[in-house]
Amino acid sequence: MILTLVFNTILVLSIIGVLAAVILAVAAKKFKVEEDPRIDDVEGSLPGANCGGCGFAGCRAFAEACVKEMELSNLFCPVGGNDCMGSVADILGLEAVKKAPQTAVVRCNGTCEHRPKTNNYDGSVSCAIASSLYAGDTGCAYGCLGCGDCVTACEFDAIHMNAETGLPEVDDEKCVACGACVTACPKTLIELRKKMPKDRKVYVSCRNMDKGAAAKKACSTACIGCTKCFKECPFEAITMEKNLAFIDADKCKLCRKCVSVCPTGAIVEENFPPRKVKKEEAPAL
Amino acid sequence: MVLKTFKIGGIHPAENKLSANASIQALAIPKTVYIPMAQHIGAPATPLIKKGDMVKVGQMIGKASGFVSANIHSSVSGKVKKIDQILDSSGYKKDVVVIDVEGDEWEETIDRSAELVKEITMSQDEIKTRIAESGIVGLGGATFPTHIKLSPPPGNSAEVLIINAVECEPYLTADHQIMLEKGEEIMIGVSILMKGIGVDKAIIGIENNKKDAIAYFKKLAKGYQGIEITPLKVQYPQGGEKQLIAATIGKEVPSGALPIAIGAVVNNVATAYAVYEAVQKNKPLFERIVTVTGKSVAKPCNLLVRGGTPVNDLIEAAGGLPEDTGKVISGGPMMGKAIVNLEVPSAKGTSGILIMQDTESAREKMDACIRCAKCVKVCPMGIEPYLLMSLSEKSMWEKSENCNVMDCIECGSCSFTCPSNRPLLDFIRLGKGTVGQIIRNRKS
Amino acid sequence: MKLLTVSPSPHIKGDESVKKIMYGVVLSLIPALIASTFFFGWQALMITAVSVTSCVLFEYLFQKIFLKGENTILDGSAIITGLLLAFNVPSSLPIWLVVLGALISIGVGKMSFGGLGQNLFNPVLVGRVFVLISYPVQMTSWTANSTVDAFSGATPLGLLKEGLKSGQSVSQLIPSLPSNLDLFYGSMTGSLGEISAMLLLLGGLYMLYKKIITWHIPVAVLGSMFVLQGILYLVNSELYINPLFHILSGGAMLGAIYMATDMVTSPMSPKGQLIYGTAIGIITICIRNFGAYPEGISFAILIMNGVVPLINNYVKPTRFGGKA
Repeated sequence: MILTLVFNTILVLSIIGVLAAVILAVAAKKFKVEEDPRIDDVEGSLPGANCGGCGFAGCRAFAEACVKEMELSNLFCPVGGNDCMGSVADILGLEAVKKAPQTAVVRCNGTCEHRPKTNNYDGSVSCAIASSLYAGDTGCAYGCLGCGDCVTACEFDAIHMNAETGLPEVDDEKCVACGACVTACPKTLIELRKKMPKDRKVYVSCRNMDKGAAAKKACSTACIGCTKCFKECPFEAITMEKNLAFIDADKCKLCRKCVSVCPTGAIVEENFPPRKVKKEEAPAL
Repeated sequence: MVLKTFKIGGIHPAENKLSANASIQALAIPKTVYIPMAQHIGAPATPLIKKGDMVKVGQMIGKASGFVSANIHSSVSGKVKKIDQILDSSGYKKDVVVIDVEGDEWEETIDRSAELVKEITMSQDEIKTRIAESGIVGLGGATFPTHIKLSPPPGNSAEVLIINAVECEPYLTADHQIMLEKGEEIMIGVSILMKGIGVDKAIIGIENNKKDAIAYFKKLAKGYQGIEITPLKVQYPQGGEKQLIAATIGKEVPSGALPIAIGAVVNNVATAYAVYEAVQKNKPLFERIVTVTGKSVAKPCNLLVRGGTPVNDLIEAAGGLPEDTGKVISGGPMMGKAIVNLEVPSAKGTSGILIMQDTESAREKMDACIRCAKCVKVCPMGIEPYLLMSLSEKSMWEKSENCNVMDCIECGSCSFTCPSNRPLLDFIRLGKGTVGQIIRNRKS
Repeated sequence: MKLLTVSPSPHIKGDESVKKIMYGVVLSLIPALIASTFFFGWQALMITAVSVTSCVLFEYLFQKIFLKGENTILDGSAIITGLLLAFNVPSSLPIWLVVLGALISIGVGKMSFGGLGQNLFNPVLVGRVFVLISYPVQMTSWTANSTVDAFSGATPLGLLKEGLKSGQSVSQLIPSLPSNLDLFYGSMTGSLGEISAMLLLLGGLYMLYKKIITWHIPVAVLGSMFVLQGILYLVNSELYINPLFHILSGGAMLGAIYMATDMVTSPMSPKGQLIYGTAIGIITICIRNFGAYPEGISFAILIMNGVVPLINNYVKPTRFGGKA
């Protein structure tokens, strides 16, 4: 009695198993999608972060594009960088474009101290919502809103709000220059800049396009468009537009002369060794 | 009697009409006015004067630039100090004409007598031209230039004029008071608008919380042909154009279409008064009635304010800024805009200045959505606020568009009702903005 | 000068809050709780107290240990879960089973989805059905209702089911079943909260008045039960009992008014709610008449809970200007 029950159970389950296997086998044959096997290879050599920094919806889509285009001049994975693109090029037998590695910089230095509040924002904590409502809670209509949309956008945990300054800070170690924060910032404060040796940076940390007096009134460390840096730069790396200086990272040689002449401290230097204190001149006799 | 109202959604916020029955008082002319060049939807006006010019009250100082734009007239007489940029209510710098006031000298063409001019002598085209010249815009708050509304786009024809005398926003009483004090003028204004649009029927929709105005207008309507008074059940957002049309004539404006698609033209009751003054008295739009109110305000009042007067002056006239002020709102509490500072000048669209206590204006902590469906129930457009908010949070714009985010009229009923204090409208507005941009990009 | 506050409109807020809703529901359950104490004695109150306490405790622990979120026990939702769980079990249930039910309700039914508002299934019913399936003996041994002598030992639905199974006809069974009037007042055997239809209706009316629930779901559930059972009754009144009996007995009232109307697990649009309610009614009647269990509303609600996302996706509220 029990034996028949066990036997029946085994029999029924086996039949179901065989049937399912047959169906699966037929389906696998019949509905097989022919695909270039190199897509898998290319995808395998990508970082797999699916961040969208390349402009495609995930790594798979990027791999498909690489195989389809058979030309890599417009395709670049910012996360994997040159090494990754090199191995993609090897798989496809193509020439990869080398790009200088980049990192994100936040071009606003309007801390609470530099940029006093003119009102209190009490809406949803979202830069996109705050910026669609009004100019912001300070006198500067161009500066950081401090709600952290860039932090939310970052897939790599590379950008964080500094609670003291209320401004986001980029972790150069973690930043892969995918550009998610650049898109997320409604004030277009974040820029991808060429990585310099030892992560050194010199950039204009301001986006205020108002005239000098108005900019200065809103924020003590605003770029006032005085053009001193423009005149000082020996490499013509600085351009002026709409009362705002901009340093071209490709031309900048990190001489830091602009930093010294900037009257408001809008030009920022990072990761340099401390400057040598000038020798005190001998007191005049 | 069952009162008419719109069918879908709606809420009943506490009315708080503190300034009801406070008679209209003219605010003293300030020493300096800041007249914005953008007091309407559309392109800002181009300044016609320069620094040092002497201007008179009612003189045109800004010319409409473009199809959707409106003329700007000086509200004072005096010397143009400069054409400057000052912060508007959103904290962005906008062009203003700064005028130092000297005396109160009006343009001679303006009829300043109190005499009621009943007979409409102008032709339809003359009316339209005069309204355009006088810089009249919708005074309900949207500030859409009125002359454009009077000329239906080709293929559409107007059948009925609907006058918005609902004033469904809590606190505001400016329209109510103008109805009580300028009833005859409004009726003539409505008749002029009817002639301008070329319709022989007008409906004035008044909410039932203004019983005195309803009774007065019913009496007045006997003397005017084709004007009907429709009392409406008190329900927010009845002052929304689409809701008002649904309430008065029972037709729904199709999604994405303008009221003219079903033959309706909607104008505000204060606009009708401005039309009367422009057409019968040749007085352009440079002043309006503004309610200054709030729970802590000493003297809630309805003021006749010259355009460009800083908000601060209005507040002083109502007894000064209370100690416990948290927020100052231009407009009503449901759809008004919180302003960033008190130097902001009043404009054509300033229907009220509401001063809120810090305790009542602070937002409460947001809780989890309990899917109570109350937002769905109150939405007057029949969309799903809870869903649109989460779609916005996840940046799912395509789905958001399919869920009719563009139908939202931003009335705020959902955020008002939400028991979890969720900022539904914040996120829906974000979705609306983003989806709108996507649609425009697709078209171009 | 003090800085002004700026935020997007609207600038005022209605006086509704989650707490108000939750405590409104609790309040509306008080009469039924008093009734069950009256019928079942202090045992009922004891079970309710244990159930509520353990629900609140588990909510606190799960929130603290797993979700690491803010303390949510004060929002009142755990209290409701506890109350309703107690209402769904017999008064003789061992205390440790009540605690187990609370653990499953809060832990599996609610917190594993992420807490209030996230759960797909009604937490109370998840707990109840778990205990019912795992410990059927304990869950179906009923103590006598103090006002009923003759019918102790089984619920009216259970008596009916057993009777019909053994080949008796409805007319033969009727004398041994409580009358519809008894059912209405609560003179019957059953779970703590399901016995007095009258007081549950009273609570429902209070919630309607307070706008905590809308009429759609309860009316749809009870209406469809009535209509379907009515049809069966007309077809063969010897096999199928009169529809009023079904509406008044078992968990129909409790289910229709309190369990199916759970905000989190019911559809968002009025049309969707009607569909959901009707389906619950139909499934319940089917289980009661043709299924293995004498009572099926818990299963019906859980089944329909699973369909709610689908309903929300396809059944939209009436759109303004939608049809030109």
